Amino acid sequence: MTELAELPPWAALLIAFFLLLGASLTLLGCIGLLRFKTFYQRVHAPTLGTTWGAGGILIASMIFFSMVQSRPVLHEILISVMVFVTTPVTLMLLARATLYRDRAEGMSGVPSLDTGSTGDEATDSTYPTQRS
Amino acid sequence: MRRLLPYPLLTASLLLMWLLLTRFSVGQILLGLVIALAASRVMGALQPAKPRLRRWIKIPSLTWTVFGDILKSNIAVAGLVLRGGSGKARSGFVVVPLELRDRTGLAILACIITGTPGTAWIEYNAASGKLLMHVLDIDDEERCVAQIKQRYEAPLMEIFE
Repeated sequence: MTELAELPPWAALLIAFFLLLGASLTLLGCIGLLRFKTFYQRVHAPTLGTTWGAGGILIASMIFFSMVQSRPVLHEILISVMVFVTTPVTLMLLARATLYRDRAEGMSGVPSLDTGSTGDEATDSTYPTQRS
Repeated sequence: MRRLLPYPLLTASLLLMWLLLTRFSVGQILLGLVIALAASRVMGALQPAKPRLRRWIKIPSLTWTVFGDILKSNIAVAGLVLRGGSGKARSGFVVVPLELRDRTGLAILACIITGTPGTAWIEYNAASGKLLMHVLDIDDEERCVAQIKQRYEAPLMEIFE
């Protein structure tokens, strides 16, 4: 832990700030996941963790390792880009599955994008089928 | 040039990724270049759609807008969680009629909308171009739609179409 003692105070403060920010946002996201009531509301909470939650921790990591190794350590940017790009995939998968179930069960309050068609037809026709 | 570099953007980003993962040095640049060239040729076998960037100039301003909006909505959603869950939230579905048709543009729009806490991309109908979105806390539905169209869709259309 000698590296920690050698850090200048301003860097230590900055690292602590971002680390705490990221960690508390991730925690709030988890609490939100527990406390929100419907599925569609719950889906919003974890995005706190994947945006500034992860972002804060990664910024802290970037500053810390750049200071300790005295060279810019930037590969954390890649992590945040990958997280940002892959979140919609899981989210859409979950949301579409729930939407499909809700429509099949005839739940109220779930709007349809098509005029009149529901269930299987709606799901089939909503895949982006553009060809290039 | 076209045969050697079928996907210049992909090759460049792979090289950048390699350099970020390793240390910057002449050796690593050469090694990264070889790997990037080989990998993008392999990618060519999959025949990915080639996004055409029309106006580069809009990319930094869009990135900045998204960055700021994500920060703002992080604070808003965190506040909502702290103030006692979803009891006070007026959440609901919003239908956004999109004019953007470019696949890459739509993919990026999906990342932006999902990445922003408080809005979630639920379903997109390619035939009608309508997007079903779930919003955690709606002030004004029309303003919400206008904001998505104006802040994200318009610049994306300028970049890709």
